[in-house]
Amino acid sequence: MTAKKRAIWVFGDYRNYFQNRVALQLLSRAKELAAKINAEVCAVVFGYKTDEWTGDVPSYNPAFCGVVGEYIAHGADKVYLADHPRLAAYSMETYTLLMEQLVKREKPEIILIGATTFGREFAARVAKRLGTGLTADCIGLDINSEGLLVQIAPSFGGNLVAEIVTPERRPQMATVRPGTFQEIPHDYVRTGTVVNVPLPKSLPADRVRLVRSERCPQREQKLEDAKVVVCGGRGLGSKKKFAKLFELAELLGGEVGATRPVVYADWAGHNALVGQAGKPIRPQILFSFGISGAIQHTAACNDAKFVIAVNKNPNAAMMKRADVAIVADASQICNSLIQELKRRIR
Amino acid sequence: MLKMVVCIKQVPMVSELPWDPATGTLQRDLAEGMMNPACRSALDAALRIKETGGGEITAITMGPPMAEEVLREAIALGADRGVLLTDLKMAGADTSVTSHTLARAIEKACPGFDLVLCGFSTSDSETAQVGPQLAEELDIPGVAYIDEIGVFGQTVRMQRFTDHFLETLEMDLPGLVTVNTGRYAPRNVPLGGLQAAFDGADIVSLDAAAIGLDPERIGAKGSATKILNVYSPTAGKKNIVLTGAPKRIVEQLFERFDDKIGGAIGKDLKTERK
Repeated sequence: MTAKKRAIWVFGDYRNYFQNRVALQLLSRAKELAAKINAEVCAVVFGYKTDEWTGDVPSYNPAFCGVVGEYIAHGADKVYLADHPRLAAYSMETYTLLMEQLVKREKPEIILIGATTFGREFAARVAKRLGTGLTADCIGLDINSEGLLVQIAPSFGGNLVAEIVTPERRPQMATVRPGTFQEIPHDYVRTGTVVNVPLPKSLPADRVRLVRSERCPQREQKLEDAKVVVCGGRGLGSKKKFAKLFELAELLGGEVGATRPVVYADWAGHNALVGQAGKPIRPQILFSFGISGAIQHTAACNDAKFVIAVNKNPNAAMMKRADVAIVADASQICNSLIQELKRRIR
Repeated sequence: MLKMVVCIKQVPMVSELPWDPATGTLQRDLAEGMMNPACRSALDAALRIKETGGGEITAITMGPPMAEEVLREAIALGADRGVLLTDLKMAGADTSVTSHTLARAIEKACPGFDLVLCGFSTSDSETAQVGPQLAEELDIPGVAYIDEIGVFGQTVRMQRFTDHFLETLEMDLPGLVTVNTGRYAPRNVPLGGLQAAFDGADIVSLDAAAIGLDPERIGAKGSATKILNVYSPTAGKKNIVLTGAPKRIVEQLFERFDDKIGGAIGKDLKTERK
């Protein structure tokens, strides 16, 4: 008999699908990692009536519908499915118990879980039960020369990055920040295996009782998901000058962000606040005008791919971390940019 | 009387962090410390419970000897006593080992506890894992990321907003919560608080042996995860500096980066060269 194939598991955190696509993003990265260690990619789905979820594109194969179909279409070779009324609402205790038992039986090499609020708590509990290590909120994953999962995690508000491994214990576990990886396109003719997971005969009642649960309307995610963000700080000088950012943002097809002092001064609304108490952003390009770069702000900007900062003070923290640091009056540069863009965009 | 335990971590305040390049861990003894902001919120939640329904608060921390500072701060804010877990053998612990150490210490120093409160996450390592793992270690119900908590006899009711769901939850005591920053705002030290913190403050210090911990299961030795490497993500960035007249700077910006900016906004920004 051949040895059991190694497996990389992805937790199917589907309840906010389609907005939250972290499970699909993880399947994509898991496939790349699986190629390096010759493993199969499995999704784990706990829920009720998961076949009633309809996907991006209707599957041509009725055997793979709902959440299971989505995961297979996005790269899963196998889906472990527990579908039962007891699992209708996400339950920390029941889900943890099911996962613990399933892992002990199937022994996957790696488990990846999206760093949603549920996912982060769930992963911590599962890792504890299994006596293994867990790295939080990874922004990168790789396989090193020893075949170990290298878990790349930020700390100190993203000012430092640590590479972490779990050398001996198994499985190797990580939660991963949504948006870190790119999902692979839906392949609706792809097939996979579905393994039904029965509930244990005696499932203890949850000690935490869900009294009420309301789905709240999805918050506007415009700023968080914007490809271009134009962010302004006190260095712009006045509310009137700050307002020019809106014109610039419109030309760039981007969104306007603000620092805390600017929000306090009422130059911008609280919903524009970029920072630890506000929103994290991850644009392709971040324009930063008159921002000194307090850690509470920069921590939320670490995922910006390319940063152009403007400040009179070349030693401002934001200038030091920028790709392009423009030493000048922020408001004047903003106006010149508007003029130049109008000339170039036709 | 409701016996509450608040877990508090001292985190480094400085932006220049002293790392030990040999081990990849932080040299905490060299950094100026402060009480982790979310731990302040957890303490505030406990203080409000005490103010309305009475109770006793034990603040517990694990860290180098200087971590005693956050216990004194907690006592100044209204905690009744402090427990300091300090031992070189505990150093370098990952979250699983930290929760093991805390759990055994809580059982030892606070037998018969009702409610454990932790901050939802710390500003240094930002894992948000210790609270849930501590609930597992203590084998008590636990709810993470709570915004609000009320104690009604032996039951607690909590509210939280997670992943777009507004949830109301209940559990019987003993139990554990991790508290979000936001609703429970840090408070100022009250008059007389400072005196309480320094005049005969009830602080006990425990090492691994006093708690009865197996040295193989704590600290870096007991940890499943190993840090290979720590680096600054901005190190090695080019940092091109542009100076001069605004108009000229903007021209230079487009000359050098029109592809990059154009690519991000999906427009061709090139102009005919004259």
